[in-house]
Amino acid sequence: MKRAILKPGTIRKMLQMIAATRPVEIGCDECFEQLDRFAELELAGKNATEAMPLVQEHLERCSDCREEFELLLSMMKAVTDNDSCG
Amino acid sequence: MRERTNLEWCVGLTSAQADAAIADLRLILLRGLRYALANHGVTEPDLEDFVQDALLKVLCELASFRGEARFTTWAQKVAVRVALTELRRRRWRDISLQDLLAGHEESDFTPALLTDQSPDPGRVAVRGMMMDTIQRIIAEDLTDRQRQAMLAVMQGGMPLQEVAVRMGSNRNALYKLLHDARKRLQKRMLYEGMSSDDLLSMFNES
Repeated sequence: MKRAILKPGTIRKMLQMIAATRPVEIGCDECFEQLDRFAELELAGKNATEAMPLVQEHLERCSDCREEFELLLSMMKAVTDNDSCG
Repeated sequence: MRERTNLEWCVGLTSAQADAAIADLRLILLRGLRYALANHGVTEPDLEDFVQDALLKVLCELASFRGEARFTTWAQKVAVRVALTELRRRRWRDISLQDLLAGHEESDFTPALLTDQSPDPGRVAVRGMMMDTIQRIIAEDLTDRQRQAMLAVMQGGMPLQEVAVRMGSNRNALYKLLHDARKRLQKRMLYEGMSSDDLLSMFNES
C-alpha cells in the first residue's frame, strides 16, 4: 500500500471538504440539469442559493461544475448586455 | 433577431424551415462564447467549432429540454459544456494519471516530509503527528481508486472530467466515488476523535 505525500494546502482543502460533506449530495449530472435555472435566478438577483441549496452546495465542492456555471453566467451577461444595447 | 418563446424555438428548430432558427441560435451562442472565452486563448475557428458541436448537441437533445429555464439559457449551458470539455482535454492531454501522481506518493516506509514554516517546535511536532494520522487514515480507509482520484483532483489540480477519462469512468461517477471517500474519512475522523474544525484551525495557522 502506498501513502500519499500531502502538501499542507491539500490537507486544508481536504479538511474543508470533509467538514462540508453531507450524507446526501447531488452529482454533476443532476447539477447540470438544474444549472440553467439556477443561473437565471442568480442573474435576476433572486436568492438562487435558498431556492436550490443542493445545486449551490455542489458548486462549492465541484470545480468542474463551478467553472461551467461561471462561464454560463458570463455568456448570459454578454447576450443580455448586447440586447440592452439594442 | 426576433424574440422567441421556448415553444417557438422548439418548433422553429424542428420545422422544415429550421434554417432561420438555427442561424439565430448560432449567433447567440457565438456571441456568448466569444465574450465568455475571451481570456481562454481560443481562436475564431475554435469558437466556430464549439458552436457547431453545440448546435448538433442541442438538436440531438431537444427532446430533453423541459422548459424550466429559457431555451437560450439551456442551449448556452450545452455550449459551455462542449467548449470546456474540449479546452480541458487539450490542456491536460499530455499528462497521464501516473505522471501526475508519481510525485505525490511514497512507499510505506519512507517518512512523510512536511516543510513546516512555524517557528514553534511544539506546534511543528503536533502538526507533524496530525499529518501522519491523516495520511494513515487515507491509506487505510480509502480504496486505491478513491485515493488516486482524490490526490489527482485536490493536489494535482486535474479536472474531474479528465481524471474520470483516465480512470475509465465518467465525471458523475467520479464525483460519487469522491463523495463516498469523503464520507469514509469523515466517519473515521469522528471515530478517532478528530474534529475537522480543530484540525483546520491548526493547519490554517502559520
